[in-house]
Amino acid sequence: MRTLKFLLQKEFRQIFRDPSILRIIFVMPMIQLLILPWAADYEVKDINLSVVDHDHSDYSRQLISKITASGYFRLRDYTASCPSALRDIEKDNADLILEIPASFEKQLVKEDAATLFMAVNAINGTKANLGGAYLKSIIQDYNREVRTEWIQFPRFSPETTIEVTSSNWFNPLMNYKYFMVPGILVILVTMVGSFLAALNIVKEKEVGTIEQINVTPVRKYQFILGKLIPFWVLGLLILSIGLLISRVAYGIVPAGSFLTIYVFASVYLLAVLGLGLLVSTFTSTQQQAMLISFFMIMVFILLGGLYTSIDSMPEWAQAITKVNPVSYFIDVMRMVVLKGSSLTDIKYHLLTVLGFAIFFNGWAVFSYRKRS
Amino acid sequence: MSNDKVIIAEQLTKRFGHFTAVDGISFDVHKGEIFGFLGANGAGKTTAMRMLSGLSMPSSGKASVAGFDVYRETEKIKQSIGYMSQKFSLYEDLTVKENIRFYAGIYGMTDTFIKDKTGFILKHLHMESEADKLVKSLPLGWKQKLAFSVAVFHEPKIVFLDEPTGGVDPVTRREFWSMIYQAAETGITVFVTTHYMDEAEYCNRVSIMVDGRIDALGTPQQLKRTFNVSSMDEVFLKLARKATRAAD
Repeated sequence: MRTLKFLLQKEFRQIFRDPSILRIIFVMPMIQLLILPWAADYEVKDINLSVVDHDHSDYSRQLISKITASGYFRLRDYTASCPSALRDIEKDNADLILEIPASFEKQLVKEDAATLFMAVNAINGTKANLGGAYLKSIIQDYNREVRTEWIQFPRFSPETTIEVTSSNWFNPLMNYKYFMVPGILVILVTMVGSFLAALNIVKEKEVGTIEQINVTPVRKYQFILGKLIPFWVLGLLILSIGLLISRVAYGIVPAGSFLTIYVFASVYLLAVLGLGLLVSTFTSTQQQAMLISFFMIMVFILLGGLYTSIDSMPEWAQAITKVNPVSYFIDVMRMVVLKGSSLTDIKYHLLTVLGFAIFFNGWAVFSYRKRS
Repeated sequence: MSNDKVIIAEQLTKRFGHFTAVDGISFDVHKGEIFGFLGANGAGKTTAMRMLSGLSMPSSGKASVAGFDVYRETEKIKQSIGYMSQKFSLYEDLTVKENIRFYAGIYGMTDTFIKDKTGFILKHLHMESEADKLVKSLPLGWKQKLAFSVAVFHEPKIVFLDEPTGGVDPVTRREFWSMIYQAAETGITVFVTTHYMDEAEYCNRVSIMVDGRIDALGTPQQLKRTFNVSSMDEVFLKLARKATRAAD
């Protein structure tokens, strides 16, 4: 116990004396949480639209004003020539072209049917998909309006229409930030927990102080605890700072209890610290540890469900997310913050992450050698 | 086993794959002795020292340090020895006092002992005004003297010094050796490697390693007589020139 006290005292002194660590603890979460959620936004707005109007009728103008009034589209060009609109797409000035054929109004009135042509720039898949879908639904809406105007008092609509109304649960305004902020917080905690710890131990290897420790009677478990505890505390500190920032800056108050978040985070930090420890036992320079950590964080983020939904990943990728601790924490954070889940709801997540903690730490302790 | 012998090595060997770094060395070191462990770069000195201090597992042979076996009782050995490695191994981002306190603490020294002895050592090193300065701000010679004081702070039976005076100016080297003598007078056995042959003359006994084997062992006077030369420098050159192994 006394030995551990000295190890911890030394570790905390070094951590709080290192300006770069202090910056990582306080500045990194602020910047990441204040900037990233605004930039990492799925909502597609400002879709650039070029309209080729061969009709120049009242109806075509009505349609166009309806589209621009939706707020999703920016009318970049209004021409009567297809080649000019295509050039817009080629130059990336337009994302969508809507072509209104010459007798659009006439056909609609007389023959009760008209065709429109839509060309989508599909380089950015999400934007193209959503833009096309928005435009289609606006046109359908418009179609309905025209029909009600023309077909007076029908007893039954000749076309069955299913009207869908939806209500958004847990995030009624579909505020994107409620979804992103808890996820980004998880990444922050992960980075501090695992990589700072790994770098710290590898630094001792590089400088040679670890050999001096190895030649003292300090036990393996004491040394490892002496490294784990400070970064565990640091991880919880970052989590608290992050929760505070998300409350002040975004008004995010977890629907569930803080206790649930902290209980899960405590176990989760053990798992990622174990991973950091493992990285440190297999690397001998800070550079190696950095590169491995960088690779891992890429995988963690991209296969963790932060930006993309895990459910829509191919099955093999979903299998990988099962062994990615980050995906569990992101899930839990969203469940607790948005849905108000309790400890019993996240029992499966908690037990799985506990398993990771035991596995990583066990492996790390097994492969850490005081003697070569 | 005689109580007088604090280090006993018999046919101690360390192999890394096909390379035999230490090739069956045998020697004894007596209590309170200053034992010089000489050899060219790459002769195997550091590896031998690491085996004796429990940092490296021997491939074969027998050895005991402070009465404990190097295979089974390394943790007990570690309690009984001090070690100062070739690389400077105090924490540069801790102050002089904090370093002393940390190392003394993990050897299980009591708070009062630490406090009293820290004051004594700082005074002895004339470093009282540097007590609260970060170690990285100290000149190399001071750092080395401090590292030695830390290595013997817990009053070990044996202290291992791996090229403690490398890169240190001659005046500081003198001071360093007077510290070694003082430690030896209190009964601490000193096991030291060096490249400076004038320092070899200060040792009670020296061994000279060539290509992983001990080629000569005895007091400096005996060795000079055996090789019929007037200085340790010449003894060393005569032996080291036979080496076939490339220096590292």
